[in-house]
Amino acid sequence: MAVEMLSYIERNTPIHRLTGVTKLVCFILWSFAAMLTYDTRILLFLFVLGIAIFIVSKIKLREISFVLLFILVFLLLNNAAIYLFSPQEGVKIYGSSTVIADFFGRYNLTLEQIFYQFNITLKYFTVIPVALLFIVTTNPSEFAASLNKIGVSYRISYAVALALRYIPDVQRDYQSIALSQQARGIDMSKNEKLFKRLKNAASIIIPLILSSLDKIETISNAMELRGFGKNNKRTWYSARAFQTGDYLTLIVFTLILIISLVVTFYDGSRFYNPFV
Amino acid sequence: MNKTVIEFKDYSFKYHSQIEPTLQDINLSIQEGEKILIVGRSGSGKSTIGHCINGLIPFSHKGDTAGTLNILGQDANTLDIFSRSKMVGTVLQDPDGQFIGLTVGEDIAFSLENSLTNQKEMHSIVKDTAAMVAMEEHLSSSIHHLSGGQKQRVSLAGVMVDDVDILLFDEPLANLDPATGKSAIELIDRIHKEMNKTIVIIEHRLEDVLHCDVDRIIVMEDGRIVADMDPDTLLASNILEDISIREPLYVKAAKYAGCELTANMKPAHISTFDVNRCRNQILSWYNQFEAASFTSKSERILELQNISFSYGSGGKTIENVSLSIEKGEMVSIVGRNGAGKSTLSKLICGFIKPNEGKILLNGLDITNDSIKQRSERIGLVMQNPNHMISKHMIYDEVALGLVIRGAAEAEIKERVEKTLKVCGLYPFRNWPISALSFGQRKRVTIASILVLNPDIIILDEPTAGQDLRHYTEIMEFLSELNQHGVTIIMITHDMHLMLEYTPRAIVINDGKKIGDTSAVEVLTDSALIQDANLKETSLFELANRLGVKNPLDFISRFISFDREAKQKWQ
Repeated sequence: MAVEMLSYIERNTPIHRLTGVTKLVCFILWSFAAMLTYDTRILLFLFVLGIAIFIVSKIKLREISFVLLFILVFLLLNNAAIYLFSPQEGVKIYGSSTVIADFFGRYNLTLEQIFYQFNITLKYFTVIPVALLFIVTTNPSEFAASLNKIGVSYRISYAVALALRYIPDVQRDYQSIALSQQARGIDMSKNEKLFKRLKNAASIIIPLILSSLDKIETISNAMELRGFGKNNKRTWYSARAFQTGDYLTLIVFTLILIISLVVTFYDGSRFYNPFV
Repeated sequence: MNKTVIEFKDYSFKYHSQIEPTLQDINLSIQEGEKILIVGRSGSGKSTIGHCINGLIPFSHKGDTAGTLNILGQDANTLDIFSRSKMVGTVLQDPDGQFIGLTVGEDIAFSLENSLTNQKEMHSIVKDTAAMVAMEEHLSSSIHHLSGGQKQRVSLAGVMVDDVDILLFDEPLANLDPATGKSAIELIDRIHKEMNKTIVIIEHRLEDVLHCDVDRIIVMEDGRIVADMDPDTLLASNILEDISIREPLYVKAAKYAGCELTANMKPAHISTFDVNRCRNQILSWYNQFEAASFTSKSERILELQNISFSYGSGGKTIENVSLSIEKGEMVSIVGRNGAGKSTLSKLICGFIKPNEGKILLNGLDITNDSIKQRSERIGLVMQNPNHMISKHMIYDEVALGLVIRGAAEAEIKERVEKTLKVCGLYPFRNWPISALSFGQRKRVTIASILVLNPDIIILDEPTAGQDLRHYTEIMEFLSELNQHGVTIIMITHDMHLMLEYTPRAIVINDGKKIGDTSAVEVLTDSALIQDANLKETSLFELANRLGVKNPLDFISRFISFDREAKQKWQ
């Protein structure tokens, strides 16, 4: 089959066996930890742990390689932009300046800036694997069921599940539309100027939106015809009860957040300073 | 018995968005356990009747109603859509769009979930229901990985799980290949017999539905019921011809030959049809024609040499396919769903590159040319016009390709207007596309390719979802283009299209070319038919039963006669 990004990938691993809610809560806790801290030790620890979890999930790198590449490009852009707008940020934070090379004006290369931007990059790398894992190891239907169980209205839960479910569908449509537009001579490749490419992209987006709207109408009719919305509650075919594993995982992740916050703020700064 | 389950009395319906009522003076009663077929052209109101029965009208589509509708003895106005869903199970037209769950089991369970069935009970009901449609082995399979026929069985199970009394099928045969369509009809028949459900089928492919018995056929035209009778009586009459619904081909042949059909000749099935009473007439009609002759073309325009292709690491999707297309030909590529037909067209357009083999266009190797380079010579029209249309106005949509190529404004105007005239869209040139019907949109997409002057046009299912009138319009238009020298390749399921318009057919199965011969021969070769999930044409059986020596010739003559006859009423 053609590439299907970010859709649920079925495997039988401890990660897959956790309920969707556990994974969502853990993902949020993890993101908080990674976002709040700039402590390199914590970030490194989270990074290694993230990779370990990834390996346990048996998701192969090439199954998510496209998205990964996409994010890496943004990471690169982000790093370039930070340097462009704030080349002395590292010096300001760490309070020292170890110049390696001088360019012009305030643009020079300092160890502090490199270290600061290394930390930013590390943050990306702690969150990305876990975020991707959450998406590709969570069965949308089971996720809806568990969202509903923790008190979210089932209509909203189902909307979320459907959105996740349609990711591959929309991708497939996007591909076939993009190809057919290219066959009419609309150039989406690098040979075309950026502005024109953006304009050309509109010729894909519009049919994509229209065909998605068609789909929405069909599915909402189908759901209504089969009694969706009849009662204030509903049961779930693929619901799973919380297991010991879920409780354990939640406790571990909460501890990770607490410990990382304590370590980070212990010395009164979010940054770990190796330069003193 | 003889309980009335559905009863329309002087029923009319008008959509809020329309001026004219879509249904007028409908009087129809359907008894328990009956099997009813509703036929009619697009826009005749046949789907609207379905919506009235299942409750999408008035709950989803708003409008004004008059008269009464009773379902299972209750006034429909007093029933909400949920209580209706316990009485009427609807299998919608689009096999992919109507799936809600991710897996087979989950989708079947959807209705039970909404009725608060507890999980344990739900699993056992789902299992039993899946067994009725022979899908119990696939409960945990993802819907996407099912074949077209399996998908249909799952959607059927999804409505049967409620133990509804009435099953409503809205165009169940659209999107199915001929053999799968045949088994879908057999499955519906089995459920009808074993479970004593009331069945309502809305479909315009009459001959395919009549593969199994139906009790009555309701014919709709302009929002009114114009006939309500048993199949034999209907086929003996001229009602279908008057409103241009395709009659079964063997019936058509007998009528062309001037036979007087009567209901007691049992024309509803080819096997029960009493051919002896019109044998002489058909034979003398057949003998009055010259044998059809095909002019042979000589110049090769497109050639595929030993093409192989696979997606990723999986098995080969296309394996060692070689074929050549002559200039000015009209060829169809046929085969079951997933056989590799679309992959082949993607290879030709350059969307994907072959792992092995060469593609030649006019004798030049284009294997490594980009999509854009090829798009100058080869145009592709996709199955779903909504996947191609990106502009608001018809003129702009057709002009798009030229604008992108940077053509001068005067030239664009000239070429677009010329193309719009050819496609019969000139009067609409300043209309928004949203005001067009599906068939007209299809023509806009063909026009938007045609304006680029390609040597070859590839069309994916050009007539899917079109009734006979639109079908004839599109196909006559394409064959006219073909006569102007455009080479046309069509990917299709429609056996009749292949017989009628493409002298040659290429049969693909499991990524291999298994046949490349005249369309008539393909449809009479039982080995090919079986491998490619096609269906033998009933004309072949008619010819055999009449004892015609050369059945192929019989079919060819019928087809050319039929085409001429249809061009007249167009």
